[in-house]
This record gives sequence, structure tokens and C-alpha cells, in this order.
Amino acid sequence: MSTALSQQDWSKLIFDKLAGAGVTLFSYVPDFGNSVLVEMADEDNRTRTVLLSSEQEGVALCAGADLVGGRGVLLMQSSGVGNVPNMLSLIQGGRFPMLMIVTMRGEYGEQNPWQYPMGQAVVPVLEAMGVQCIRVERDDELDQAVDSAISASYVAGQGVALILTQKFLGAKAF
Amino acid sequence: MADFPDSTIDRKTLLPQLFPNPENYLLLAGLAGTAKDSAAWTQEADNLITLGGAMGAAVSMGLGMALSAPDRQVAVMTGDGELLMNAGVLATVASVMPDNLTIVCVDNGQHGETGGQPGHTSRRTDLAKMAEGAGIPSVMTISSPDEIPAAAKFLTDTPAPRFLCARVMPGAPTVYKRNWDLAECRLIFKRAFSAR
Repeated sequence: MSTALSQQDWSKLIFDKLAGAGVTLFSYVPDFGNSVLVEMADEDNRTRTVLLSSEQEGVALCAGADLVGGRGVLLMQSSGVGNVPNMLSLIQGGRFPMLMIVTMRGEYGEQNPWQYPMGQAVVPVLEAMGVQCIRVERDDELDQAVDSAISASYVAGQGVALILTQKFLGAKAF
Repeated sequence: MADFPDSTIDRKTLLPQLFPNPENYLLLAGLAGTAKDSAAWTQEADNLITLGGAMGAAVSMGLGMALSAPDRQVAVMTGDGELLMNAGVLATVASVMPDNLTIVCVDNGQHGETGGQPGHTSRRTDLAKMAEGAGIPSVMTISSPDEIPAAAKFLTDTPAPRFLCARVMPGAPTVYKRNWDLAECRLIFKRAFSAR
């Protein structure tokens, strides 16, 4: 690509596709990476945000939404993945559709050593609980990755994590 | 020890008295005692989901239902151990303020499913105060059968979200062999919900 996508650009792309797919509940634990997406979901009258205390709540919240025909998404930083595994029993056992969007820390370019243990464990932990991981590293991968994640989760009823890598997001400087 | 009165409520008789018209609700019961009580009470009606794992999920799942079905009343049954596993959800509920969510915590002060080991609420922890501190607008505690009619009124007449802490006597929940296939239960619930 000639010009890099700004956070505004890619957040808009993801928001439009999710809202277009009928996602109304944007549950999240705050992260710099999901902050613009959360603002968009706050401002749009088709969608609402739910600030969570812990990421595990979002898994159950999205399952509850599905029971009454709704669609939710869970937005979190990579460290939050460590808070969700037992709750993912719901998704496997109940065959609930589940989409989470994980904004990565603890990999490519990371300067904070505290972020590495969980960052490096994100994919193995999610895969161990039956969640498929779709990684986005380059701007030109995003569009198709979001479509794939929406198809696999809400249409095909799978547990899916869209992983926005630090190569894609850019690393935070300390 | 906290200054709690000894409860004289038999959990097996509680839910039918609290909810005389269960068909008016979408019901969700967390593991494990409240799931058994709820399954026996409604004979696993198609407006009930019971959990056998994912400890801590019940209130969050109920919140997801309440926000996605704003024209229906949602009632969540949880236990003291189950709620404490995910106590932050009380703050989440208070921030969102769903006007159709009722939470009943059947508080027996112990982890009944794993052998009756004492829990925090048998010592100093007061879940009603935690709910109040989280910002839930309507909160009530009962510990005697005489208070159950007032609690039933509380569940219909006070502003939601509401939280009832029903302190019950230690003792086994209702014996009931329920369907443990959550995928099947999900489809039954969803079909019944769409048909209404």
C-alpha cells in the first residue's frame, strides 16, 4: 500500500463491517488499540458499548446476546486473553458464535517485559480452548481478515479471534 | 464473624415463591445448586438456561440477554461462590443500568457442589453490600421465610437492575437430573424465544 492505514481508518473499516453484520454490543476492556473502535460504537445509534471489569465477562455476555438473537463482540488487549479460558467452555460446549478482537502487546517491537509472557501465549491459549486465530500483520490483509472472522463466527458459529498484531498496530514507545 | 442472622430459608422452596410466574421471564441459572433448583422448579422449561461449568458466567450472560432483548424481563439465579468468581460484573451491570435485569443470589455460604466447604459469605463478606457499593440501585437481603413475600414484591416493584441476596440454610439443592448438553439447550431456548 502506498499510504499506511491510520488507526481511524482501520477502526472505521472494522466498525462498519461489524455494525453491517448486525453486531450491536461492543464489550471491551480498555486498550489503546481498541479505543477508536469503542468511540465509534459509542457514537453510532445502532450499537452500544459495555465496559467490562474483566475480559471473561465478555465471553458470557456475547453468549447471552446470542440466546436472544443478538450479536456481541469482545474487544481486549492480549493480556486479557489470560482471563478468558475457562469461560470459553461455554463457547465450545454450547457451540455459541464468538468473535473477539485482540490488540497485541508482547511481541514484535515490544519494550515492556511484563507484556511478553501473556503476549506470547495468546495463540496457544486460544487454540487450546478451540478458538481459531486470524492474524493481521499488513494493512492489505485487514479487509479480508475481518470478513473471514465475521463469516466464521456469526455465520458458521465458530469461536474466532481476530488478532491485530504489533506489526500491524505499531509498537508503543516507552 | 460478620453479624449475619442465621438463615431459616430452605433453598428448595425459595424460587417458586419468589417468581410465581416464571413464564414471564427469560431465566438463567449459574452452576450448580441454583441450576439444579431452577431446573427442578421449572422442569427445565424452554425459557431457562442452566450452567454446569464456566463458573462466574451467569450474571454476565444474563446481562447480554437483557441488553439484547430489552422488551423482556431477565432473571439470573446465581450462588455466592459463583458470583464471587466474577464479582466485577456487579460494577458492569451498574454502569449499564439495564432496566430489565433481576439478580437473585442464593447465598448458602458454602461451595455446595464440591463438598460444602465454607465460602467468604460464611465469614465477613456481605454480597448485598458489594452490590450496593457497585452501584446497583435496588438491593435487598432476606434470611427468613417470613420475608419471602416482601422479596417477591421487591423483584417486581423496585427499579432494575435489582439484586436480592437470599441467605439460605446450608443443605443440598433439589435433586434433579438435568440436560448437560448446552448446545442442545441453546437451540431449544433460541427456538422458543423466536417463537414467542
